[in-house]
Amino acid sequence: MTTTAPETARKPATMAQALTRALHDAMAADPSVHVMGEDVGTLGGVFRVTDGLAREFGEDRCSDTPLAEAGILGTAVGMAMYGLRPVVEMQFDAFAYPAFEQLISHVARMRNRTRGAVPMPLTMRVPYGGGIGGVEHHSDSSEAYYLATPGIQVVTPATVADAYGLLRAAIASDDPVVFLEPKRLYWSKDDWSPDAPTQVAPIGRAEIRRPGANATLITYGPSLPVCMEAAEAARAEGWDLEVVDLRSLMPFDDDTVCASVRRTGRAVIVHESNGFGGPGGEIAARITERCFHHLEAPVLRVAGFDIPYPPPMLERHHLPGVDRILDTVARLQWESDWTEGCGA
Amino acid sequence: MTVLEQPGSSRNTSDLPGPPPAWRPRVDPGPLLPDAEPYRLLGTDAAGRLDPGLLTRLYAQLVRGRRYNAQATALTRQGRLAVYPSSTGQEACQVAAALALEDRDWLFPSYRDTLAAVARGLDPVQALTLLRGDWHTGYDPQEHRIAPLCTPLATQLPHAVGLAHAARLKGDDVVALAVVGDGGTSEGDFHEALNFAAVWQTPVVFLVQNNGFAISVPLAKQTAAPSLAHKAVGYGMPGRLVDGNDAPALHEVLTEAVRRARGGGGPTLVEAVTYRIEAHTNADDATRYRTDSEVETWREHDPIALLEHELRDRDLLTEEFVRTTQEGAEELAAGLRDRMNADPELDPMDLFTHVFAEQTSQLREQAAQLRAELAAEAAGHPEHTEHGALAGEPAAAGRSAQETRP
Repeated sequence: MTTTAPETARKPATMAQALTRALHDAMAADPSVHVMGEDVGTLGGVFRVTDGLAREFGEDRCSDTPLAEAGILGTAVGMAMYGLRPVVEMQFDAFAYPAFEQLISHVARMRNRTRGAVPMPLTMRVPYGGGIGGVEHHSDSSEAYYLATPGIQVVTPATVADAYGLLRAAIASDDPVVFLEPKRLYWSKDDWSPDAPTQVAPIGRAEIRRPGANATLITYGPSLPVCMEAAEAARAEGWDLEVVDLRSLMPFDDDTVCASVRRTGRAVIVHESNGFGGPGGEIAARITERCFHHLEAPVLRVAGFDIPYPPPMLERHHLPGVDRILDTVARLQWESDWTEGCGA
Repeated sequence: MTVLEQPGSSRNTSDLPGPPPAWRPRVDPGPLLPDAEPYRLLGTDAAGRLDPGLLTRLYAQLVRGRRYNAQATALTRQGRLAVYPSSTGQEACQVAAALALEDRDWLFPSYRDTLAAVARGLDPVQALTLLRGDWHTGYDPQEHRIAPLCTPLATQLPHAVGLAHAARLKGDDVVALAVVGDGGTSEGDFHEALNFAAVWQTPVVFLVQNNGFAISVPLAKQTAAPSLAHKAVGYGMPGRLVDGNDAPALHEVLTEAVRRARGGGGPTLVEAVTYRIEAHTNADDATRYRTDSEVETWREHDPIALLEHELRDRDLLTEEFVRTTQEGAEELAAGLRDRMNADPELDPMDLFTHVFAEQTSQLREQAAQLRAELAAEAAGHPEHTEHGALAGEPAAAGRSAQETRP
């Protein structure tokens, strides 16, 4: 699907608006796509991502459910069994936890347990991450829980164009997708416009957002803009940093990540999720297994602390920021006598 | 005397305005309430109107079901099944559930409900695949309209609601019948499924087989409700209490609930009072939590014996009918025995085939690793493959994923 408009008519859209457009276009293209969740109908969702859908497609296609996350996902499983493509909205990261049993015991394994007879083409949209001043239970980075479960794809956009393209791909996928939406980027804008050509982005491919020669920053979702800023700032230190946006955590794009690290010889993984048990550990292990002889330094991580998500007035200390990223890059054993970097 | 001890404050009148009408419940709870005693037909005057064809059909299915349970239990002792949760004593529930449905309807069974699937026409070997352990689901759920046997309690109930909801949205008059045990009614998914079904007026029938125990925990430790059927009232759907060993009574109630659901009348909760004659599974020891005399009182209320009584009264329990019924049941058992005594054909590579529609690169690597291990095993070198476990890709792929010096 491609629409074009004159350059002058282009008006930048927010990530939230791109997501709305993706839902709208998916519903228009396929009558089996049904949006459901808490407050998604009349209100248009607490982040307004489903704004206008109930009005345009009717309340059967965009429906307010009772307030019960396990019930929402569980009924979506049954709807998918009958040939629909449910798109479920979980209101906040930490409010998705009651649905875990349905996700882990049924959504993730229905195709496998039925030898492919019952696929689960459903999408679970989850606003996630911090940085918006949310009170307790409104800012979790829950991706590691999902990654620990085989059978689900885990996707997260970091740009407005990807918000559109990846959500279209998620809804079109015949496998379940946990679609993690970085809350603090909902209002971000870049060069994507609803008038510009719209493209479906393939699931499972990372993207190099900034080429560089000296080290690779590997990141996703809400931390991408932070890494881009850090890469700009690093030029003053004489470091030319490459930035890889993973976009899809499962399937994981080993090829793009490893090709980049082999080129630069150094890697730092950046995410908000806590470090211990977070995705960074898995990524570091994969890089070490595959790129050991190309590495000039150990793979390092900049992650959230191993603490319950902090209250809003303290969250800036927890979230990976430019300074912490640059401090970590500085520890990548640039000196010829590499032992100096060890104690850093 | 406080207002808690003696409700009735609504009899007080006030000159001040009350809460605006939006708070009001939308339905009159009276018709939703179950009867005080389980609904029965056998041994009552009403039994006279029962169709003889239905009675003989139910009887033949009960006898087959009892024999099937005995055979499956025997196969467990012989090591041919990993585990078997028997429905001996509960055959009326299983058979009535299956016969209440049309072909286009869906059954959502729990792990104890293989007999319901078999009574619906599923091949018993396919029904027992999960419990044999060669795969998780041995049949195509779409083909048979039987959802996978569900082990996590009550989690299949929201699926039944969603499926029936989707069918109705598509304009199909499909009903879903979901089976759960007394223990399962304590689960959150039971509550959420009933609530969604009632709010959406979904064509679903919930059948609670109250067999007295959740493994070892008796009903009194499971609920403080007047009955499990009473729980329906809180959601705004009818709850019906039935003698679960009275096959015609349960068949009538379930058939009526299915008819009502199909006609747009919404969901129904049916509690079938029954008893688990056997232990929870072959791995359980029921003598630790109940007495033999309790079991004996239920044997006197056996679903097959109850129905035999009615058939005998009507001269339907002829020698010929009994013999052909027994022969049919033996045939089922013999076929099951023969086929289960053959080892299933397993392909370990199936482990990777259906995780995703399209295999990820990680799964391709792991499949290659297992393939190499299998090849080494076949060649008589089971100890290790050419490359280590972390290598990811075998020599057959032409290169090693293990990092080599640049």
